[in-house]
Amino acid sequence: MDVTLIDWSRAQFALTAMYHWLFVPLTLGLGVIMGIMETIYVVRGEDYWRRVTQFWMKVFGVNFAVGVATGLILEFEFGTNWSNYSWLVGDIFGAPLAIEGIVAFFMESTFIAVMYFGWNKVSRGFHLASTWLTTLGATLSAWWILVANAWMQYPVGTTFNPDTVRNEMASIGSFLQVAFSPMAVVKFCHTVSAGWLTGAVVVVGISAWYLLRHREERFARSSMLVGSIVGLVACGMVMLTGDSSGIMVGKAQPMKLAAFEGLYEGSEQAPFTIVGDIKIPGMLTVLATHKLHAFVPGINDILEGGYMLPDSTIALSAEEKMSRGAEALSTLRYYRHSRAAGRTQEAVVMKDELLKNLPYFGYGHIKDKQDLVPPVPIVFWAFRVMVGLGALFCLIFFLLIVMQWKKVPLTRWPLLLHTAFWCIPLVYVCSQAGWVCAEVGRQPWAIQDLLPVTAAASSLQTTSVRITFFIFLAIFTLLLIAELRILFRVVKKGPAIEE
Amino acid sequence: MHFLNSVFRFYLDGFRQMTLGRTLWVLILLKLFIIFAILRLFFFRPAMHGMTDGQKQEHVAGQLTKPLKNL
Repeated sequence: MDVTLIDWSRAQFALTAMYHWLFVPLTLGLGVIMGIMETIYVVRGEDYWRRVTQFWMKVFGVNFAVGVATGLILEFEFGTNWSNYSWLVGDIFGAPLAIEGIVAFFMESTFIAVMYFGWNKVSRGFHLASTWLTTLGATLSAWWILVANAWMQYPVGTTFNPDTVRNEMASIGSFLQVAFSPMAVVKFCHTVSAGWLTGAVVVVGISAWYLLRHREERFARSSMLVGSIVGLVACGMVMLTGDSSGIMVGKAQPMKLAAFEGLYEGSEQAPFTIVGDIKIPGMLTVLATHKLHAFVPGINDILEGGYMLPDSTIALSAEEKMSRGAEALSTLRYYRHSRAAGRTQEAVVMKDELLKNLPYFGYGHIKDKQDLVPPVPIVFWAFRVMVGLGALFCLIFFLLIVMQWKKVPLTRWPLLLHTAFWCIPLVYVCSQAGWVCAEVGRQPWAIQDLLPVTAAASSLQTTSVRITFFIFLAIFTLLLIAELRILFRVVKKGPAIEE
Repeated sequence: MHFLNSVFRFYLDGFRQMTLGRTLWVLILLKLFIIFAILRLFFFRPAMHGMTDGQKQEHVAGQLTKPLKNL
């Protein structure tokens, strides 16, 4: 297939996904912070906290309105630009995305209305429950989307059916394996806690902006305290879940892990690179395996094979995998011919052969073993940007909590407040870097080991994909400008809480 | 019936009292129009539109086994 077409299809998908991903983390994070603030209002009964909650609900509303439905475009792209992939995964994507649609639609649309229209019309308890249920709805939506994504990274619980050319879930047990695969669990926990972190950074940053202007000081201090506590808790969760994620990636996607580290030659005590030649000896082995001595393969080891895998088998080389992949594709074709010609016995033999080589199915499409290596510099630096910025946010939250606890006037620390404010754009850089790590790091695979992006794409005219890319770019830019203008107006106006 | 009426009044009052919400709804409706009436209709015709399941299976199997021609 035309490489330019694949690149444009990928660029279009990346643009849409990254745009959608601008809004999701803030929805998840701000939802929790609003819920906590409203809980304080209900518990203490102070009207002040109702006004604080209402202001952040406005910010939530602007973000929600601009972000809602942008994910639908991804589903259109699956059917049009990635039709081979869509057909192959139909069952697996269909079920989680349908559940996501139903949950998102019923929970969010029902309770978000109560959340906005219900002040003074429903009881405080019911209103509070609606706020939390709206947040829960958004979080559950994230679960099902991440289940679908996790399956692409770690395809478990399904069986390839050569008759329908689809991966299918044979039973409820298969569905549960897909829905609760360890990759889905760690992805969900890591992503949601990163969303809480985003919400916290935005709340703290906007509060810092008010303090720098000596406006809404009580509101800013209270919001900053709630935001910092949520942020620090989220930082801890991001670190813990990031650690679990590292173990999972090391197990299921060793090439991605090696690319994160730019590790070409593996070792028993692989170092963790901070930047350049600054390395922590043995640290990568500890992070990737939770052991002091265990072999972590580098990019060249994965391509050459021959090292011992955790299940005590010997890793195949890329060439061997490519050969077995070609065998799988060949037997799929002969199986379908035999079956169509009514040669049942031959078809059974072919099917057995196919199943033997099925774990390497996608390698049949790989022409050069170097194509199995993701773009290392992009992944390597995206990982460092993500971790480095995460550490910065953690430090800011910690300092803000300590200073508020010690009752230090924050307005005397303008540098800290300026840094907290500028963390708002940085948290988006951080979350997008996380997306790049996860998605660019698994290239060339659309589905790990089963389908590379070159085989997943539809045969379309490159020009039409290129045109839609630029149409999206224009629409998304206009929408983003609209959101930012409305958001700036809301923030400038402020909560207008009487002191 | 009384319940449905209350729900209807709840939404009606809510929409009437919106301020910032009006702008946001205009934005949402405009976006949905662009997504469904323009993008979906003119730019995102599913690649296997109009094929039966059997034809889709043949098509995808053909696409997947394409590299064999180069072997």
